[in-house]
Amino acid sequence: MNSAVPAAPDAFEVRAHQFEDVEQQHHASWLGMWVFLATEVMFFGGMFAAYAFYRVGFPNAFAAASNRLDVTLGAINTAVLISSSFTMALAVHGGETGRNKAAIRYLLLTMLLGAVFLGVKFYEYHEKFVEHLVPGPAFRFEGPHAHPAEIFFSLYFAMTGLHALHMIIGIGLLTWMALKARRKRFSPIYYTPIELTGLYWHFVDLIWIFLFPLLYLVGRHL
Amino acid sequence: MNGAPQVHYLNVDYGIRSWLFTTDHKRIAWLYLLSVTLFFFFGGFFATLIRLELMTPQGDLVQAETYNKFFTMHGVTMVFFFLIPSIPAVLGNFLVPMMVGARDLAFPRLNLASWYIFILGGLFTLASAAAGGVDTGWTFYTPYSSIYSNSHVALTVVGVFVTGFSSILTGLNFVVTIHKMRAPGLTWFRLPLFIWAIYATSIIFILGTPVIAITLLLVGLERVFNLGFFDPARGGDPVLFQHLFWFYSHPAVYIMVLPAMGVESELVTAFARRRVFGYSFVAFSSLAIAVIGFLVWGHHMFVAGQSVHAGLIFSLLSFLVAIPSAIKVFNWTATLHRGSISYDAPMLYALGFIGLFTIGGLTGLFLASIGVDVHVHDTYFVIAHFHYIMVGGSVMAYLGGIHFWWPKMTGRTYPEPVARVAALIVFLGFNLTFFPQFVLGYLGMPRRYHAYPPEFQALNVMSSAGASILAVGYVLPLIYLIWSLRYGRVAGRNPWGARGLEWQTPSPPPTHNFDVTPRVVAEAYAYDKEPEETYEFGSPSRA
Repeated sequence: MNSAVPAAPDAFEVRAHQFEDVEQQHHASWLGMWVFLATEVMFFGGMFAAYAFYRVGFPNAFAAASNRLDVTLGAINTAVLISSSFTMALAVHGGETGRNKAAIRYLLLTMLLGAVFLGVKFYEYHEKFVEHLVPGPAFRFEGPHAHPAEIFFSLYFAMTGLHALHMIIGIGLLTWMALKARRKRFSPIYYTPIELTGLYWHFVDLIWIFLFPLLYLVGRHL
Repeated sequence: MNGAPQVHYLNVDYGIRSWLFTTDHKRIAWLYLLSVTLFFFFGGFFATLIRLELMTPQGDLVQAETYNKFFTMHGVTMVFFFLIPSIPAVLGNFLVPMMVGARDLAFPRLNLASWYIFILGGLFTLASAAAGGVDTGWTFYTPYSSIYSNSHVALTVVGVFVTGFSSILTGLNFVVTIHKMRAPGLTWFRLPLFIWAIYATSIIFILGTPVIAITLLLVGLERVFNLGFFDPARGGDPVLFQHLFWFYSHPAVYIMVLPAMGVESELVTAFARRRVFGYSFVAFSSLAIAVIGFLVWGHHMFVAGQSVHAGLIFSLLSFLVAIPSAIKVFNWTATLHRGSISYDAPMLYALGFIGLFTIGGLTGLFLASIGVDVHVHDTYFVIAHFHYIMVGGSVMAYLGGIHFWWPKMTGRTYPEPVARVAALIVFLGFNLTFFPQFVLGYLGMPRRYHAYPPEFQALNVMSSAGASILAVGYVLPLIYLIWSLRYGRVAGRNPWGARGLEWQTPSPPPTHNFDVTPRVVAEAYAYDKEPEETYEFGSPSRA
C-alpha cells in the first residue's frame, strides 16, 4: 500500500498514524459519523415511540394540548433552522474548496441562526412556565384531559429539550470548525471535520422537521 | 525471531501517564481488563451475600430491603460493568486491530474516551452503592423505580446511562475498523469468526444501547422532575417502560453471548487443529442472532398484560433465534469430529461452554413457550437459565479467551496444570451452584425473596456450597495469572501453533502490531497448511 502523504498547507500531518492513506482516513471518519447518526436515530426513536404510543392512546388530549403551543413561533423557528442548514451547506462548500474565509463567514451565520432558534425556544419555555404548562405539581390544564395533557407536555419538554441540547453541542462544534478555518486548515485534501459537522447539523435540523408537525400541528384541524 | 522483541507495547514507555493517556488499543484493553476485573469481584461480593442469606429459610442475615439492594447491585454491576464490556472491550480491543492486520482501531482517541466514560459511569454506580444502594432490581421497573423507591435510583440510572455511551462508541469504533481497515487480501470471508461475532455485537451496541439510554433518561426525568411518562395514576403506562427496556436488554443478552461464541470458534479450531466446519454458516448465524435478537423482547412480558397475539408472535420469534444458536453448537461439535484435540486450559473452558450454553439455550426454549413460562415466570428456573448462558457461557468463554491470548498479551505463559485444575473447579462449582436452581424454580421458588419455605433448604444449601467452590475457581486464575507476569515461561510468537493473524507478530506485539502490513492470501483456520501459506509479509520482516 502506498503510504505517501500529500503535503497539506501549513505542513501539519493530515494522516493519523493508524491509517494507510488520507483516503482511507476520510472513508473511515465518514462511516463513523453515519454510524453515530444511526445511534442518534435510535436515541430519539425511543421518544418518538413513546410519543406514538400515547398519541394513539389519547388522540383528543394530544390535540387539545397541542393547541396550547405557539404555532407561529414554531413555524418561525422551522424557517430559521432550514435557513441554517443552507448556510451550513455553504460553509462546507467553502471548506471543501479551501476558501477558509468564506467558511468562517457561513459558520458564523449558521451559529447566529442556531442562537436565534434557541432564543425563541427559550421564550416559548418561559411562556409555558408562566401558563402552568410545565409538568409537575404546578401543572394546570382545564378540561377533561389534564393527565394525558401532562404526558404530552412531558414529551414536549423532553423531546425539544434533547433537541436543544443537540443544538448547543452543534454550536460548540461550529465554533471549533471556525477556529480551524481561521488557521486556514481546510483545503481540497483536508475538509473531513467540517463536512462531518455539517452532517451532524443537518441531522439535528431533520429531527426538528419531525418534531414540529408532531408537536405543534396535531390539533390544528380541530 | 521467536524471542520477545526488544521494544514492545508494554515497555515502550513507563509511568502512570503513559497508561492513562495512551491511545494504543492494546494498552486500553489492559485498562478495561483491570477495571472489569474489579467490577467482577465487586458484583461477586454481592452474590456471596445473596448465597449466604439463602443458606437458611428464614431471613436471618439481612432484612428484605437490604436483600433487594444486594441482588440489584449484583445484577447492575455484573450486567452493565462486567458482562457487557468483558469480551468486547478487553479481548475485542486487544484483538480486533491485530486480527484485521491494522495498526490500531480507526479512532484511537475515541477508544480511550470510551474507557473514561465507562469509568465515569462506574463511579456513579459505586457512589450509589456507597450512599446506600438501590433496590429496584437491575431492570428498574416503573412505577416503583420512578416514583416509590426510596433508594438511590437516579444515581444508578445515571451510571448506567453514561456507561451506555462507552458501549456505543466502542461498537462504532469496531464497525468502522472492520469495514475500512482490513489488511490487503483480507476479504470478509477470510476474517476470523471472532471478528464476525464482534461485528454482530457492535451492531447491537449501536442500535440497541441508545434506546436503553433514552429509556433510563425518561425514568430519571420522571423521578427528578416529577413527570408522568410511566405513572399509571396520571395516564402513563408502565408496560411501555418494559417494552422500551427489553428492546435493548434482550439484545443485550446477545451482546454478552455473541462475543463468547466468537472466542469459542477461535478456541475450538486452535485446539482441534481443524478448519471450522461450515465457516459461512457460523459467520452468518452471528448476524442472524443479532437481527432476530431485536425481535424477541416481548417474551419478557408474557404475564405483564401483553396481548395474546403479541405473545404468540414473540414466542415464535424466540423459538427462531434458537436456530442460528444451534447451528453454531452443531458446527463446533462437527469441527471437533476427527480433530486432533488437546485439552489445554482454554479448550477445557471451550468444551465447558458448549455443554453449559446448550443447557442454557434449551431451557430458554422452555421459557419461550408461553404455557411453561406462565408456570416458571419469575422463579429460580429463570435465574438458572440466564446464569447458564451468562456465567456458564459468557464467563467461561471469557476465561478461556483470557488464557488463550494471555501469552500474546503478556509475552508469558501461565502455569498449565493449575490452570486445568481451575477450569475443572469452575465447571463443577458452576453446575453445583446453578443446576439446583432449575429444580427450585420448577418447584415454585420465586426469585427476589430473602426467605423461603423450609422444604427448599437442601437445594439452596447445595447452591451456596457450589458458589463457594466457584469462588475458588475464580480466585485461582487471578493468583496464577498475576504470578505468571513475572515467573511465567517466555511464550514466543505463537505458543499454540495457531493460525490467526495475531499470532504472526511477536509476543508482546510492537506498538503498531506489525512491522510490515501483512497480506492475506488464504482463508482463516488453515490448520492443514503452514502459516506462511496464509500470510505474506513484505521483505523487511523476512530479512
